[in-house]
Amino acid sequence: MGVGIEVSNLNAWYSTNHTLQDINLHIPANQATALIGPSGCGKSTFVRCINRMHETNPIAKVTGTVRIGDIDVYKDASPVEIRRRIGMVFQRPNPFPTMSIYDNVASGLRLNGFRNRRVLDEVVERSLIQAALFEEVKNDLKKKSGASLSGGQQQRLCIARALAVDPEVLLMDEPASALDPVSTAKIEDLIFQLKSQYTIVIVTHNMQQAARVAERTGFFLNGRLVEFDSTHKIFTNPGDKRTEDYITGRFG
Amino acid sequence: MMRVRFHKSLDDLKEKLLIAAGMAEQSIQRAVEAYRTRDLSICDLVDRSELAINRMEREIDQMSLDLLAMEQPMAIDLRFILAVIKINADVERVGDSAVNIIERVRDLQAYPVVDLPVDIPRMAGIAAAMVRKALQSFIEADAKMAESVLSMDDSVDKMNETIHYALLNVMREQPQYTPQALDALVIARSLERVADHATNIAEDVIFWVQGFDVRHHLSMIDGARG
Repeated sequence: MGVGIEVSNLNAWYSTNHTLQDINLHIPANQATALIGPSGCGKSTFVRCINRMHETNPIAKVTGTVRIGDIDVYKDASPVEIRRRIGMVFQRPNPFPTMSIYDNVASGLRLNGFRNRRVLDEVVERSLIQAALFEEVKNDLKKKSGASLSGGQQQRLCIARALAVDPEVLLMDEPASALDPVSTAKIEDLIFQLKSQYTIVIVTHNMQQAARVAERTGFFLNGRLVEFDSTHKIFTNPGDKRTEDYITGRFG
Repeated sequence: MMRVRFHKSLDDLKEKLLIAAGMAEQSIQRAVEAYRTRDLSICDLVDRSELAINRMEREIDQMSLDLLAMEQPMAIDLRFILAVIKINADVERVGDSAVNIIERVRDLQAYPVVDLPVDIPRMAGIAAAMVRKALQSFIEADAKMAESVLSMDDSVDKMNETIHYALLNVMREQPQYTPQALDALVIARSLERVADHATNIAEDVIFWVQGFDVRHHLSMIDGARG
């Protein structure tokens, strides 16, 4: 099951550039939360702070608190453990190109020491089913490489890979922006189904997508969270003029 | 991400609706003038305007549909287009009401002019003023002005009721004037409908500007909660 995410006084820097300033928000469990805002507003940095990816950059710095459920992300667990609990899917599908479909999905489990063949088989199948890919690849699991799949299939493979390690949170950074409309619709349907089991945070430039899949939406601007409310409110009658200017294209 | 072309299209849509609405409001004034003077040439002008209003209604709906499909508007722009679609329907109905009035005027040609104890032009003046004010609130995106239209509707309803009973009295006591009284009754009813359309337009302006649904006597505060 998903867990809620509590963010308090979060600040992030790249070198001297203060990219996130005093972010406070509660992301509810088992819902999809969309983050929108212009390029460079800090939304991707924000999700990278949730799973401690931000700190992998040597010039990056982060302060404040991020809790997922009862765990303080920066105090109670290692980055590796955090990234097992918080899966991430990126803009461009990034399957391991030389690995088979099966090995791609099993890679996280193997990294965590799982070797039992029967368990691996079960998890790979379950994860591919959850990612709505199993039916399309079930006959080629070990024959085809991840890179041989279409872009949309590769992205669902990456989602299956993330789900295989049984995370509680799924972060998605523009997961459908490189996909065609049919593949995009599949990813959106998938998000809709997955949120009953996982807490989903999706960064998107596609506001219709945010409106379709997310219960709550946050608008970032210049490193600050300007508004965070129900998606319905944000897209029909936002409370902040800056949010309205952005979503109606009166910005800039 | 400035959507210059889209916002220009919204301005064009607003301008077109205002032209249609202006014609509808003028038709009401003309129809009542035709009633007052029994001038059939004015009736013909109302007929011509009605054709133009109907054509513009279709064009405005098509423009709105295109913008919804192509531009996928959000927030205040989405509310604006929804308001335009609804106001457009009300404007067309105001035009219909003007036609209903001139049909009665044409019917009245068969009967002698009588002095009925009702003030139709005064009622028409208030109904037309409501339409004008609702349109002004639309032009200026002024929800407060739109709200003031809502409070005018009660006085028109009361006038309609007073006229209704006065004309019933005429039919009872001077049955030879029943055709004229019936026509006046229909005209008063049409003007009462015009005031209702003005109220609808004002409610749609409030929804567009503030995002509150104030229909069916919900206040702005209740609408915000709802």
